[in-house]
Amino acid sequence: MTQRQLKTDKLLLFSVSAFAFLLLAAPVIVLLINGVNSRAWEGLPDSATILSAALLSFISTFAVVCLAAILGTPLAFVLSRYEFRGKRLISLFIELPIVMPPAVAGLALLLTFGRRGAIGSLLADAGIVIPFSIVAVILAQFFISAPFYIRSAQVGFSSISAEVEDAARVDGAFGWLMFWYITLPIAWRALISGMILSWARALGEFGATILFAGNLQGKTQTMPLLVYSIFERDISAAIWTGLILIVLALIALSLSQWLARAQDKMT
Amino acid sequence: MRVHALLSAFVAFSLSVCIVCAQNRPRTSLTVYAATSLTDVFEEIRDAYVNVNPDVEVLLNFASSSALAAQINAGAPADIFASANELQMENVVDAGRVNEEDVKTFAHNRLTLIVPAENAANLESFEQLAENRILLVLAAEGTPIRAYTDAMLTSYDAEQGADFRARVLANLASEESNVRLVVARVALGEADAGVVYQSDALGDVADRVITIPIAERHNQLASYPIAPLIDAANPALAESFARFVRSEDAQALLAAHGFCWPAILSNVEPTEAPPEPAGKSEAEDDAPEVECDAATIKDG
Repeated sequence: MTQRQLKTDKLLLFSVSAFAFLLLAAPVIVLLINGVNSRAWEGLPDSATILSAALLSFISTFAVVCLAAILGTPLAFVLSRYEFRGKRLISLFIELPIVMPPAVAGLALLLTFGRRGAIGSLLADAGIVIPFSIVAVILAQFFISAPFYIRSAQVGFSSISAEVEDAARVDGAFGWLMFWYITLPIAWRALISGMILSWARALGEFGATILFAGNLQGKTQTMPLLVYSIFERDISAAIWTGLILIVLALIALSLSQWLARAQDKMT
Repeated sequence: MRVHALLSAFVAFSLSVCIVCAQNRPRTSLTVYAATSLTDVFEEIRDAYVNVNPDVEVLLNFASSSALAAQINAGAPADIFASANELQMENVVDAGRVNEEDVKTFAHNRLTLIVPAENAANLESFEQLAENRILLVLAAEGTPIRAYTDAMLTSYDAEQGADFRARVLANLASEESNVRLVVARVALGEADAGVVYQSDALGDVADRVITIPIAERHNQLASYPIAPLIDAANPALAESFARFVRSEDAQALLAAHGFCWPAILSNVEPTEAPPEPAGKSEAEDDAPEVECDAATIKDG
């Protein structure tokens, strides 16, 4: 291969890469510039709307992360430690929400937990109506984001070698003790990183929430729903809310990448 | 090596798809932005129009009029805008996207209360929205249907006491981005009640919802203006579609879908003749109540 060919090859490689990067980065950068130029923070006309959406988002995502940790950790542990029939199928179901269109997830939730739904109708008989409530917001966010935690925790648990646990067992550690003193201290980075990822995904959840929980300020209107509801009436409020969400997403992503690097260094 | 063959085949395939798509542009296309409440009837009007003009491809984009106006003002490539109220049409006129003198009213509508067929909340009148503990769904602020609903609530306030509106809105469970989503929430049985256009309660959902009429004295008259955009790709074509919507053929379709005819029938285009410039203001000034009361609609 001649020197010249090599040069053109390299040129092509870099120009396509630069184009791909621009395609991904430009919208975010333009939004940032737009926010700065329009001084979105000055003309904050309806800050009560943004505040109530932010509050709702924080309460619901906090609940989602707690739920994911409480329910997801045992599930991830079972999947990483035991072999059984149908395990692949179960894993498939657990990870499906990651790639499933959120609007479809919202529809499925509505058909399950809606007032006429398979489970929702039983609840409705008991006087419990889930749609249009914060419970629906939490359920929608949990459905979409918990798989991120479960997957990460599963990887964390699997990375612990059998020898470490065997050695602990020889020393008399069993069951809960073993998990608390051996497994958790080793796998905590993966668990935290999973929590952060699932929190970020829950914070950005839109499609399933608007379909299943509806959209009402102070009740079910989370920050992404606010962006959608407000952009045609008040673009600067929409940009403002968008900027908050981007900054939070950036923090979450950096944290989880930092944790992943720390984990890599350790093992 | 198989990977290489596959990869080359993929690249070649995507390139050829791009080329085919680029060349396969239809003869002439017309993009119509229309209010959600026009969904069913505009699909039929489109078919009728394409029957007469087989060379034209008509693309319909439905959303709430406020969302459409925002998109048009942000430079969306629309050729025609059909709004569910005058305010959103004024928005695009003010933004210089439509000439005011091109705006023509082509239909009217009325509001109605709908409840799910099983009516679990036992609603019988609009006034009960303020009393019972129910799940009420309305369209979001800014949409025409919400503006009409708010005007109606103000009218009720005068009669029912000043906190009537507040008590009704206390039952609000969700604000949907367009009127069809309100219909869907009620038809699914998730909401106990919703305020929609009378035309929305007909058609597919008719057997899944019950319509509770709203007293004439409080009900609002919705007006649907249509206009070609100033920078439509093909102004003559855009104008011809806007005129077609006001033709007798299209008006018959509108009536069949529960819309009312414009107050002055002379405003309706005889299919060939040029538009009357004074038509719009006449239609608005004269009493449309006569044309748009419940009895007329039943006949349609």
